[in-house]
Amino acid sequence: MKNKLITGLRFTGLGFLEPLVRLIQGEDPQKNTLAFVKRAIFPLLSIALFIGIWHASADYLYNKEATARIEKAREKQGETAATEMKECIASGDVSCQPNTLPSPAKVWLAYQTLLRDHKVISNDKAAFKKKTAALNAKRKAKGDAPITYTGRPSFVDQIITSLQTVFAGFLLAALIAIPIGIIIGLSSTLRNSFNWLIQILKPVSPVVWLLLVFMIVKTLITNPDMDKSFMISFISVGLCAMWATLVNTSMGVSSVDKDFVNVAKVLKLNVGQNIFKVVLPSSLPMIFTGLRITLSVAWMVLIAIELLAQSPGLGSFVWEEFQNGANDSNAKIIVAMFVIGLIGFLLDRIMMTIQKMMSFNKAEVA
Amino acid sequence: MAFLELKNVYKSYGTGKERVEVLSDINLSIEEGEFLAIVGFTGSGKTTLINLINGLHFPDKGEVLLQGKPITGPGPDRGVVFQNYSLLPWLSVYHNVKLAIDKAYPQATGKEKDERIRSYVEMVGLSHAIHKKPAELSGGMRQRVSVARALAMNPEVLLMDEPLSALDALTRGTLQEEIVNIWSKDKKTCLLITNDVDEGIIMADRIVPLTPGPNASLGPEFQVDFPRPRVITEINQDPAYKLLRNEILEYLIQVGAARKQEQKQVEYTLPDLKPVMPGRLRWRKKREDEKVKYF
Repeated sequence: MKNKLITGLRFTGLGFLEPLVRLIQGEDPQKNTLAFVKRAIFPLLSIALFIGIWHASADYLYNKEATARIEKAREKQGETAATEMKECIASGDVSCQPNTLPSPAKVWLAYQTLLRDHKVISNDKAAFKKKTAALNAKRKAKGDAPITYTGRPSFVDQIITSLQTVFAGFLLAALIAIPIGIIIGLSSTLRNSFNWLIQILKPVSPVVWLLLVFMIVKTLITNPDMDKSFMISFISVGLCAMWATLVNTSMGVSSVDKDFVNVAKVLKLNVGQNIFKVVLPSSLPMIFTGLRITLSVAWMVLIAIELLAQSPGLGSFVWEEFQNGANDSNAKIIVAMFVIGLIGFLLDRIMMTIQKMMSFNKAEVA
Repeated sequence: MAFLELKNVYKSYGTGKERVEVLSDINLSIEEGEFLAIVGFTGSGKTTLINLINGLHFPDKGEVLLQGKPITGPGPDRGVVFQNYSLLPWLSVYHNVKLAIDKAYPQATGKEKDERIRSYVEMVGLSHAIHKKPAELSGGMRQRVSVARALAMNPEVLLMDEPLSALDALTRGTLQEEIVNIWSKDKKTCLLITNDVDEGIIMADRIVPLTPGPNASLGPEFQVDFPRPRVITEINQDPAYKLLRNEILEYLIQVGAARKQEQKQVEYTLPDLKPVMPGRLRWRKKREDEKVKYF
């Protein structure tokens, strides 16, 4: 039971909890306490240190901007205006707050606001659904499109949209890159002929991909009911992110261990058997490394692409908040930043776990 | 006509200045049902020789004939046991053998195939581990799987490239016996490549030494006439065994020494430098018992 738990923890990248589990079991307390401090407490301390520095610098920036505002008021409007401004800032009035890096506390408040907002919107949605249920049933019977909720999406809705986009893009990348990678990897002629093209297209910026996809999709899709912005963003994400998988797959396929190639030759395996029994299994670890990079790149470029493509999601959330300029907009942007980081981290961990499952230990075998 | 024949075979690698003549003027003929051992130093081109026969490489000059026909590539008529097992690590023992069975009996039904696979795995005594992955097996067991896979192709010739050199002496002994047992059941033609003279004497009918490379060629052959089954403990006492063993070893040592003399003696002069030891960053005085850490 204990060992199973520990292997499970290690496998999912939660290995830092291992000493704690051992400690609870009463195993070698001194060694495990030390290990726990090293692996769990120290990282937490570093986070605390980060928040401390953040708080201090936010404080400094706040004061700097506040002084600048007071000075400006004094210069332009005289002493009374300066005193008024000073009082206004001190009172916490929204109208005259300095607009700068928000402190951790403000970000936490903004996070709670966003959650509350989500609750309000989802209640609203549910109520709307209830209200229109009868009408929609009637419309369905008549063959009309149902009435849908068109209100503002909440922060959580944006996260879900972003995840959908990134998975669609990731799937597209995998579907394009893995087969092409295998074909290219199998033939050195093809590899050489496509190498330049791949090397040239690989470093192209996500923004340019977006524009390119926009040019094509806009011509191809004329039906106004189709969600063009979603298509544009997920295709661009896929195109940006697929290169890692493509290169890794072709590398993995072309560098199959010579022993395995010899076995395949001596056994006279045909092309299909060779690919599915020898080449693919032996390059799976490499392919999954590529997919892991692809997913993290996809998540990274997604924000920029959503921001530009006006497709809903975290990217447009960030941009809208920036344009919005409410007193807690900056704090909301920072919340989005952490959410993006955390989700990226989680996605990477999931891919890492799958990657570990897929790889075999060559050293143990040879 | 010999079953497997090599006629004036030359093989080299590389081109221009880097060209290395590995094998030169190899003449060898193996009769059907014979167990031949080729003994040689490491790096003398033994693996190259076996790759010429299994069809992974082709000779520069001369020809390799199997039953009178030149070899054009790898084929199911030649089963190979590789030096480093070369099992596919993602397949179980069963499926590793199945690859060969699928090739050798493409027409067979699923049930027949299953029976054959199980019989070959049983032949090498691994029935209990049939569903294990190679990583879960010991070195000796992996080599047995490799033998089973080679046999499962139902080959005319079994080629073994130093099959036991990575094993410990005890496992080696038992596997030698087992391979000879399996061979004696249907008397397939066998070619064993080894660097161990004793192994050759225990297993083979005939031993041919390979002179050290480059330009390796075959030396005079030695007949091994001990009656089978040979038991290692009994054969060890036999004076004829010692005589044969010494003869082969003496020959190998003699050609090895001759080869060394041929090679040019190059003298390297070392530059007259005094080494500078990397110093340790000192923040404080070093304690007596302190270990030096550079990073």
